[in-house]
Amino acid sequence: MAITKVVMPKLSEAMETGKVIKWIKKEGDRVEGGEIIAEIETDKADIELEAFGAGVLRKIVVPAGERASVGGLIAVIAEPADDIGSVLAVAPGAGGPPPAPTPPTPPVSAAPVPKPITPPPPPARPTPLPAAGGPQPVAGGPPIPVPGAVGPVRGDRVKASPLAKKIAAQSGVDLRLVQGSGPGGRIVRRDVQAAMGSQPALAPAAISHPGTHAPGVGARPGYPPGVEYQDVRLSSIRAAIARQMPLAKGPVPHFYLTREIAMDRAWELREELNALEGQPKISVTDMTVKACALALTEHPEVNASFQGDTIRVHYRVHIGLAVALDEGLITPVLRNCEGKSLAQIAVEGRDLVERARARRLRAPELSGATFSVSNLGMFAMDEFSAIINPPEGAILAVGAVKVVPVVEDGRIGTGRRMKVTLSCDHRVMDGAMGARFLQDLTQFLEEPLRLLV
Amino acid sequence: MGTHKVDVAVVGTGPGGYVAAIRCAQLGLSVAAVEDDRPGGVCLNWGCIPTKALLRNAEVVGLFGRAAEFGIKLSGFEADYAEAIRRSRRVADRMAKGVEFLFKKNKIALIPGRGRLKSRTLVEVVTSAGTEAVEARQIILATGSEPKSLPGVVIDEQSVISSNGAVRLERAPKSLIIVGAGAVGMEFADIYAAYGVQVTLVEALPRILPLEDEEVSSQLARFFSRRGVAIRTGVKVRTVKTANNGVTVEVEADGKAERLEAEQVLMAVGRGAKVKDLGLEALGVTLERGSVKVSPRMETSVGGLYAIGDMAGPPLLAHKAMAEGVVAAEAIAGQEPRPIDYGNVPSCTYCRPQVASIGRTEAQARAGVSEVTVGRFPFSANGKAVAMGEAEGFLKVVADKATGEILGVHIVGPEATELIHEFAVGRTLEATLEELIHTIHAHPTLSEVALEATLGALGQAIHI
Repeated sequence: MAITKVVMPKLSEAMETGKVIKWIKKEGDRVEGGEIIAEIETDKADIELEAFGAGVLRKIVVPAGERASVGGLIAVIAEPADDIGSVLAVAPGAGGPPPAPTPPTPPVSAAPVPKPITPPPPPARPTPLPAAGGPQPVAGGPPIPVPGAVGPVRGDRVKASPLAKKIAAQSGVDLRLVQGSGPGGRIVRRDVQAAMGSQPALAPAAISHPGTHAPGVGARPGYPPGVEYQDVRLSSIRAAIARQMPLAKGPVPHFYLTREIAMDRAWELREELNALEGQPKISVTDMTVKACALALTEHPEVNASFQGDTIRVHYRVHIGLAVALDEGLITPVLRNCEGKSLAQIAVEGRDLVERARARRLRAPELSGATFSVSNLGMFAMDEFSAIINPPEGAILAVGAVKVVPVVEDGRIGTGRRMKVTLSCDHRVMDGAMGARFLQDLTQFLEEPLRLLV
Repeated sequence: MGTHKVDVAVVGTGPGGYVAAIRCAQLGLSVAAVEDDRPGGVCLNWGCIPTKALLRNAEVVGLFGRAAEFGIKLSGFEADYAEAIRRSRRVADRMAKGVEFLFKKNKIALIPGRGRLKSRTLVEVVTSAGTEAVEARQIILATGSEPKSLPGVVIDEQSVISSNGAVRLERAPKSLIIVGAGAVGMEFADIYAAYGVQVTLVEALPRILPLEDEEVSSQLARFFSRRGVAIRTGVKVRTVKTANNGVTVEVEADGKAERLEAEQVLMAVGRGAKVKDLGLEALGVTLERGSVKVSPRMETSVGGLYAIGDMAGPPLLAHKAMAEGVVAAEAIAGQEPRPIDYGNVPSCTYCRPQVASIGRTEAQARAGVSEVTVGRFPFSANGKAVAMGEAEGFLKVVADKATGEILGVHIVGPEATELIHEFAVGRTLEATLEELIHTIHAHPTLSEVALEATLGALGQAIHI
């Protein structure tokens, strides 16, 4: 009977260690493949750990409450008669380095069941869910896609070219999560580079970066007397941002296009829609996302990624929604927006944002965006510029809808206006391409019935 | 007038066309191949193969000249140039017969004559006996290329010749000016110089083999100068005038006009795609810089019409054409052919010493983003090369310092054109410097130079 090693799963590029919250199964319990054996806390979400092999939970290497490095052995499943000594001998245990691939142990040990289990912790700083007036708090600077599982975890032996292995080791890409495109599924350089693009880009913050404070900082009354400062430990998200931001802003040549959009009709339409009974509430962000999806479908050149020799033009529109958490920004991804109605976008978007706050996102929901939207309207920002999240080619920064003086037919009146700024990767597109996209985006929002048809 | 109905018509049977035809036949398609010369194209009949035969002659002549070095006393010898040409024709004939045999074996109909597209599915063939038609579901164009000249310079194949004339003329001139120091120019300089022709190489760019690594160019220039070949680089040809007993070439060097004289001039300034009189314009086939524009599946802008080889753009190399022929055939057969990695095509020049390269030159690599490490090893420190008496040249490995990725390899030296493939395979497999140094290389071999240069890139060379 096979011995199954249970290892700490890697759920994101940022993740280096994970904590065992509790063991559902005890040593000596019989487990079936697919059964939940433990709960694991990672930097992004709490997940249930599923047994990949059947047998008896022979040994718990990392007890509840302790941490283990990614890939580190945390338990062993085997038949009672199996000798697990050799497996345990190489086990570094909690906090140690991941074990070297040991040939004789068969299939993959354990993988996360992407099913959140932690109850949503109460938000430390309640984020205002906007009333009819304010935009939905999908907000904060640019998105932080958290690298998720790219492909299935396979056996211990990873089929990869020597160069792919070296680049992966240097850039921290987990080859077990990379899908190979070479002969026979062999992982080659371009696969690792693609994973670097889609995985890591844990990143950036807006140029002006309001709304994210490290916990414990901030204007708080009653400093301890005689203390000059406090060093605050980086949250795992903040650490990831610090690591990845220079890799986004640095190598990606940004340019910015700003445009004012008349939101009067969109505002009216939204009020009408929200007055309908039994219909989901629609926010300005929802309308903006829907308009982006339509405009991106017409301008796929903006829904594109730079990949060295080629530009990948995406057929699907996966929009990252920047969400401000106290620990930092994360960017859950609303998939296949090109085929979603406004109501679907509203319902599914809200679900993503709420679960992001509760840190109940599944790993795949944090990666794979082709474009992002960041809205700081609820902070009354007029406009701002966001940092692109590679490999995405552009990000839209959305300001507040404000009532401002406008000149129409030579007369001064008032109108609702919203400013949006598109940050573009110049390697992917030129100014005119981004401008045409913004032109259509404006048209969709200024003639908002188009969002419904 | 007969009409042939086939799955695939291939126009041109050079290395691209005949390989495409055979691969189509292997994949179960019926094939007709149209050819207005002998099967095998320029490569086999008038290019690669006959020149390799001539270069071998030159090498043998060279060895006779060095007989004393090996302790062999000769009381003079005579090298018959006409016989060298005749030998090269026999070699070419034999190889062309080989292609004819392969066509028969694969049941490919060979239709002699000049092909022209009448429509997307119809090729009209003008033969000596009249006109025939080939109706095909798909067509692969592989018409190749022909020597280019300079504006105002007429190639008469008497006094002003191209490579086409050079491989046919049984009399070597007393003196020859070769315009263009690319692969073709260097190879003919080698051949003629071995037969005692006073050769002057004229190149407009600042160095010979201008596409190769600079270090390779400068070493090779030294070797050729030592053999008495005059090399003039950075020199522009203005006019070429034919007189009774020779040719006068007016050149401009450093802003000064100058006249060079010789019995013949060989124009080796490159080759141009043969895209005229094929009916491409009527079908609206898109051209790009004089070549047919193709997709990674070798399809032209007209669906179902494919183009491969020299006519489909650079590099103009037989081995690139063959690879494209396979891609086109497999695409037509409904397979998903692996696209060609144009960054990993070896480039070879068969003069003595030989030159071969793959990937980026050192200068190109240094202009890239990554930090570069370079390893060099001279053949003079290699036992086999010294024993052979062929110890000129070196091998250079250019790699990415961080990852050990092999960015480029440049060889000038004995059997360089064979040695390059170790690195071609390595690059296809994405091997790094480390995999190469952990591959045991037999001793004594020329290939040890590859190992030592690779070690050198890691700062671990043993034998230097």
